[in-house]
Amino acid sequence: MNPTELFECVTSLSCIVTQTSTGLIVGALLFLVATGLTLIFGVLGVINFAHGSLYMLGAYLGLTGYRMTGSFLLATLIAGAGVGLFALLFERFFMRRVYNADVLMQLLVCYAFILILDDAVKLIWGAEFQSMGMPDAFQAPPLFVGGGIIPLFYLVLIAAAAVIALVLWYVLTKTRTGKIVRAAAHNPTMTSALGLNTNLIYAGVFACGGVLAGMAGALAAPVRSMSPGMGFSILIESFIVTVIGGMGSVSGALVGALLIGLVRSFGSIGFPSFVEGIMFLAMALILVLKPSGLMGREPRV
Amino acid sequence: MNRSTTFAKEILWALLVLAALLAIPYLTASRVALDFVIRLAAFGIFATSLNILIGYGGLVSFGHAMFFGGGAYAFGLLMQKAGTSIPVAMLGAVLFCALLGLVIGAICVRLKEIYFSFLTLAFAMLLHSVILSWISLTGGDQGLMGGIPRPVFFGIDLSKTTTLYGFACVVGVLSLLLMRALLQSPFGYTLRMVRDNAERARFLGINVWRIKLYAFIIAAGFAGIAGSIMALFVSGAYPEFAYWTMSGEAILMIMMGGLHVFIGPVIGAALLLLFNDMVTRFTELHGLALGVIVLIFALGFKRGISDFLVQFIRSLKKKRVTP
Repeated sequence: MNPTELFECVTSLSCIVTQTSTGLIVGALLFLVATGLTLIFGVLGVINFAHGSLYMLGAYLGLTGYRMTGSFLLATLIAGAGVGLFALLFERFFMRRVYNADVLMQLLVCYAFILILDDAVKLIWGAEFQSMGMPDAFQAPPLFVGGGIIPLFYLVLIAAAAVIALVLWYVLTKTRTGKIVRAAAHNPTMTSALGLNTNLIYAGVFACGGVLAGMAGALAAPVRSMSPGMGFSILIESFIVTVIGGMGSVSGALVGALLIGLVRSFGSIGFPSFVEGIMFLAMALILVLKPSGLMGREPRV
Repeated sequence: MNRSTTFAKEILWALLVLAALLAIPYLTASRVALDFVIRLAAFGIFATSLNILIGYGGLVSFGHAMFFGGGAYAFGLLMQKAGTSIPVAMLGAVLFCALLGLVIGAICVRLKEIYFSFLTLAFAMLLHSVILSWISLTGGDQGLMGGIPRPVFFGIDLSKTTTLYGFACVVGVLSLLLMRALLQSPFGYTLRMVRDNAERARFLGINVWRIKLYAFIIAAGFAGIAGSIMALFVSGAYPEFAYWTMSGEAILMIMMGGLHVFIGPVIGAALLLLFNDMVTRFTELHGLALGVIVLIFALGFKRGISDFLVQFIRSLKKKRVTP
């Protein structure tokens, strides 16, 4: 515990800038993962406990894609497409069988995949820590803002997440596809009665969540080291984000992710060993006071 | 058959199992077998206590490890710092967990379904964080160091492995019997009714919140016993005891063993422990093998092994009746 250092930090501009930028990239990555999780929950009503593993798969696919093509953009796209395809198959052949079973069966299937994917990654890419290193395109001196340091790649990452968020927002609110997805979330029976193929919608949403998690993994690759099992912590943090924002709410995921990102980066100065504790305290408080989350609708009961 | 004779039969069964278990050290000198049964006692109680919530109460807790870890630390600290005797420390651990269960349960059982699950997860991880950061008391991520003393009580010396083994067996069988008695009591049947139809139970004048809370406290207390046995066995307590993977493991044991047969979680615990011991000996890819087995359970059997067997036997009987 070191509250004085936290106080010193929030009174100096350079520290605020540095920590805020770190918090924003953590938040941006978390948003991409959590938004898929919350979309799947909102539309399908199931929790994809294996979502963290999709993120891990994205990071490793991104690594291979980058080594093969030498282009970070291509690597990110490859990761997104690959994980999206995997999510599609996972939904079609495994998750669809347990939609009507209770949450424990869904948990079990996902848990099996967490274990299998961790070992598959170990087999293909090795058990040791790996890192992509900073791609050449972003090998530039960092920016200095008010004495604080912001690496160029941080800005790229935040911009990429912002673009993805905007596209998602546009598709969900302005297009016909988005309307159908929201209708399916609101009332699946009615949507299906109107002649829309809910199975297709479910598959699409699951794949979309996979694409987002995969791209998040690839985007994180230059700034995070990779290891099998890296999906665990991001899964738990995505849970926190989804609960704080409101399960099923995309805007809630954005607010929750930025909040958790900032708590993480500033908290690591003031009380490094209790950052997780603070996040879980926040989650518990939200669940007790407003279970539907900051931005969520009232639960349908 | 009335209830008291049924229960007398169950006591007889328990005594038979206990006698068989206590005979093992005379048949084999293998440390592996004894260690296995001691761990089975801890995890069997732990999984069964969680099944009071999941199987009988319909309350899917993701955070039951907080009572396993809480019990282990309470027991260890009482032994190390307060220097109490083993039974007193165990009682203390149970009381600590029951109190923790009272406070956390009172908050959690108001919530429904997945919200309940997530809130229990949040509290368990909160406790895990407290254990990690309260280094002066708990030793942080190193765990409770220095070993837990095993002073002689009532002439029982648990520093001998065979005595520890016997102690774990007796405590294990007694705890299971007690949980069975509670679940077969009017309280147990009220809990089942609340699980199946809370609205109806409320209409009949049952305080649903209070029944759920009682279940939560009882489950917490028994998890505390499980934690104490584990702490006694490994002579320490570690933050992993309260980590969410521990809760996950208990859920896995319940799901593999079956949640509608009382002894199911114990069978699941035995299966998982056996599996862990066997597979790690043959392959590095422990997760891959376990993952495939879990998939077979989830998508193949669609239920735990004991539930599967019970249904299978029932269907055989039916076939015999209908010509």
